[in-house]
Amino acid sequence: MKDIVRGWRHIPQRYNLIGSKCNHCGAVYFPVRVICPECRRKGKLEEIKLSGKGKIHTYSVIHTPTGDFKLISPYVVAIIELEEGTKITSQIVDSDGDNIKIGDEVELVFRKIREEGEDGVISYGYKFKLKK
Amino acid sequence: MRDVAIIGVSQTKFGELWDISFRDLISEAGLKAIEDANIEGADLEAMFVGNMSAGLFVQQEHIASLIVDHTGLTPLPCVRVEAACASGGLALRNGIMAVASGYHDVVISAGVEKMTDVVDPTPAIATASDQEWEAQQGVTFPSLYAMMARRHMYEYGTTREQLAMMSVVNHKNGALNPLAQFPMEITVDQVLNSSLVADPLRLLDCSPVTDGAAAVILCPAEDARKYTDTPVYVKASAQASGTIALHDRRDITTIDATVHAANTAYKMANMEPEDIQAVEVHDCFSINGLLAIEDLGFVEKGQGGPAIEDGMTERDGRIPVNPSGGLKSRGHPLGATGIAQTAEIVWQLRGEAGKRQIDGIEVGMTHNIGGTGGTATVHIFSN
Ligand SMILES: [Zn+2]
Repeated sequence: MKDIVRGWRHIPQRYNLIGSKCNHCGAVYFPVRVICPECRRKGKLEEIKLSGKGKIHTYSVIHTPTGDFKLISPYVVAIIELEEGTKITSQIVDSDGDNIKIGDEVELVFRKIREEGEDGVISYGYKFKLKK
Repeated sequence: MRDVAIIGVSQTKFGELWDISFRDLISEAGLKAIEDANIEGADLEAMFVGNMSAGLFVQQEHIASLIVDHTGLTPLPCVRVEAACASGGLALRNGIMAVASGYHDVVISAGVEKMTDVVDPTPAIATASDQEWEAQQGVTFPSLYAMMARRHMYEYGTTREQLAMMSVVNHKNGALNPLAQFPMEITVDQVLNSSLVADPLRLLDCSPVTDGAAAVILCPAEDARKYTDTPVYVKASAQASGTIALHDRRDITTIDATVHAANTAYKMANMEPEDIQAVEVHDCFSINGLLAIEDLGFVEKGQGGPAIEDGMTERDGRIPVNPSGGLKSRGHPLGATGIAQTAEIVWQLRGEAGKRQIDGIEVGMTHNIGGTGGTATVHIFSN
């Protein structure tokens, strides 16, 4: 049950890639923050929908996953630098790691993240795919 | 503030210790340290214990009470501290602050982790990363370090072989450490041919799953010679925090928490990197050992790979790194690591490190990291 609530709480962020933008320094954050680490109380954070476009900053191919992620092994994970300047950690779909390199452009896709969490609940969220 | 000395240290054998329980591990470390310091248990005024996750590994919280109870030390006050794999460094630092402040005189700082009572320890280890925005995406702990390695290779031309050399040098030292989990030498070829864990990191780039405990006894420096002829003095104790998620770092190939803690420590000790004659770094993965050499200021950013390849980090090199064998060969019982690193530097400074002794050493350092660098502690010691 706790997994369901925990997933539900973040549905807007996970489904629509909602982050925060500081109205003082312009920095963009994902996930949503309540305080801008640069400006602290001088800044006010507003919600922003991220474009979902970015490029590969670094990546790895996971051969020894844990729990239910074993079902999809091996799979590619990456840190993506989004257009807005913030970085995000995500899986890369439709890749075995051979066709990917640092700097490649990627775009957001909406996918199933896991099937068998602690409570057997299917959860959805963001992944990225290489831009053709 | 008072100067602080270490008058006793201990470490249990590290390994997959099927026949030894959590409470027996920490008891053994504690009793050995008390014996080494030539004190009685009743002399202790406080205990600090570093432990990452007894809750997930042995389904036991409230270990402060359990440890004092099981070692026959009630009503000794005990505090459990946690910062993932840096829990041991924190326990040491909190013990040092308790003595330095004058609040307590004789204090024990210990660390313990019992990791092999669960079938799969990886979900517990993953809680050292950002559970919501890293682990929930399917990212494993080794893959976070793998992503640092790949970016370091991209930016600085670091090679797969140089990363392998970090493990090779660790094992060369660890082969001489009777308390190490894997006291045997390995070759670059063995590292490069070991199974892929998270590309580009392979099995022999990764520290193992380990049971173990370690302890140190602290007292005011002015009292140290009452207990021992070979006191070791704490010259600096520093700690810094970084973002918990790797993707939020200014630069994912620099652990800023290490840089901050190191700068604070050098200032406190009035020393430069050149003054350090041996260092125990937090090489949970080969890349992290390499980053530590850079972030602690021993070489320029990006030069960690060539430094290791040129033998700079060997026991007879310019800056001997991990004379104990490091996390890779000695083993990595998370909460115990920061204390075990301290024990090694103390043995080196006392001239008691056996076959792995570095000759004429007077100043040593320890570097302990939590998660991917969300916490770092740096300590400097002298004899
Ligand atoms: Zn701001």
